Amino acid sequence: MTAARRRHPAHKGAPQAGACSAALARAAWRLVRAAVPALLLVGLWELAVQLWRIPPYLLPSPGRIGQELYLRHGLLAAHAAVTAGEVLAGFAVGSAAGFALALALDGWPALRRALVPWLVGSQAVPVFAVAPLLVLWFGYGLASKVAMASVITFFPVTVAALEGLRPDPDALRLMVALGASRGQILRHLKLPGAMPSVFAGLKVAASVSTIAAVIGEWVGARAGLGYLMTQANAQLRVSLVFASLVWLTGMGLALYGLVELAQRLWERRR
Amino acid sequence: MQVGSHSPPLPAPQPSCLELCGIRKGFGRFVVLDGISLTVRAGEVVAVVGPSGCGKSTLLDIVAGVTPADAGQLLWNGQPVPHLRGRVAYMQQRDLLLPWRSALHNALLGAQVRRRLHQALQEAPALFQQLGLAGFEHALPRELSGGMRQRVALARTVLAGGELWLLDEPFASVDALTRLELYHLLHKLWQGQPALLVTHDVREARRLAHRILVFSRPPTRVLAELTPREAREAVVLRLLAQRGGEL
Repeated sequence: MTAARRRHPAHKGAPQAGACSAALARAAWRLVRAAVPALLLVGLWELAVQLWRIPPYLLPSPGRIGQELYLRHGLLAAHAAVTAGEVLAGFAVGSAAGFALALALDGWPALRRALVPWLVGSQAVPVFAVAPLLVLWFGYGLASKVAMASVITFFPVTVAALEGLRPDPDALRLMVALGASRGQILRHLKLPGAMPSVFAGLKVAASVSTIAAVIGEWVGARAGLGYLMTQANAQLRVSLVFASLVWLTGMGLALYGLVELAQRLWERRR
Repeated sequence: MQVGSHSPPLPAPQPSCLELCGIRKGFGRFVVLDGISLTVRAGEVVAVVGPSGCGKSTLLDIVAGVTPADAGQLLWNGQPVPHLRGRVAYMQQRDLLLPWRSALHNALLGAQVRRRLHQALQEAPALFQQLGLAGFEHALPRELSGGMRQRVALARTVLAGGELWLLDEPFASVDALTRLELYHLLHKLWQGQPALLVTHDVREARRLAHRILVFSRPPTRVLAELTPREAREAVVLRLLAQRGGEL
């Protein structure tokens, strides 16, 4: 009990002086630790390009990519805005549809038995094979890329939510004995219990949604980072391809960070 | 519930609250409960002891409406009912506290489900005080010790306001000292609700129950009905040995 008392917020006492600066120092140290390997890699890359005189149309140096990022920031930002719109819309539609389907599958076991094998089987179809069809059906605009991103984000969210909605059997026994309705079981037991799993699925979806949008743009588009990459590649402007990749990476990380933030806010709220 | 001595016999014969008549339950071809009949009278605690896998918990699940019986009848105050779902307070071996809920919110779960939250909220502070949980209302389960978690589970059982208490080895997961403390608390909080207690521990049954039923190995039948004074460990073990069971 003593340990519990020590841990309990009611017994923590006033915040200690310097706690805030200590937290800042820890965060800064974490950032440095994360940056060191990346900086080391970039340094080695630069060294290798200079040392072996690798031509820029094969592998541009980090410096050259940085230059491209700076000089073409307007062009890159305009195309990134298009891709970001596709990614966000696709992520939102795919995640919402995946979560809704998971709820339906959890609520109706017969539906679950009928659909889950098809759902799993659908993942055997390569995304590249679907992309031309989506462009054919939805055109060269935003719709086909949103559809593409939705298709790819849908599965991880569905599977994660479905797994998360499976409650502890003993807790379910307790709820049933208490006389809880299906709605109460969902609200008090299943949904809160599923959230960590749902957030894990959303993180996977956030990571892959940029891939889906770019594939969609490769197949047929008039704008977007994927489109820019195909154009730049055709003109052997490999540094612009790499600059686009940097933007895409940033976009993926930002979306992942947003999901992480949402999870923290949810955890704090409960 | 008397702590530290055998439970006293009931002062006068009470009417039956719960009657189970010929309850049968099997899983596939494996028969677990083979015609169990028992009664629990008003204000009485009946303990069920028996070997592992004899269907003690299944019997509680049938009463609670978690799982249906294959055959048999359940009577509540003389009226046949399919089960007592929504009318029981169920305490299991695991505390089953929901990790995202505070101690208070966990304790209020049953009351919330049964829409008696207002009443439970008024009862909760005194109950937390009695259980030594005052000041821990907002603590999350991970911030509590095992004994404290089990006390929150006990608070949830009390605040659920069930007409019948179903206790499924409620103190099996805690250490001996905590168990003694919980016996004491249960004794303090028990207000004469009829209760069905399932346990492996004959001493626990003798300490808490007015009557003790000894179950056989599956297909399970009631081997004997004993008073706490009669239910010495050796007697129960001899009964089980005659039917090839072990506690």
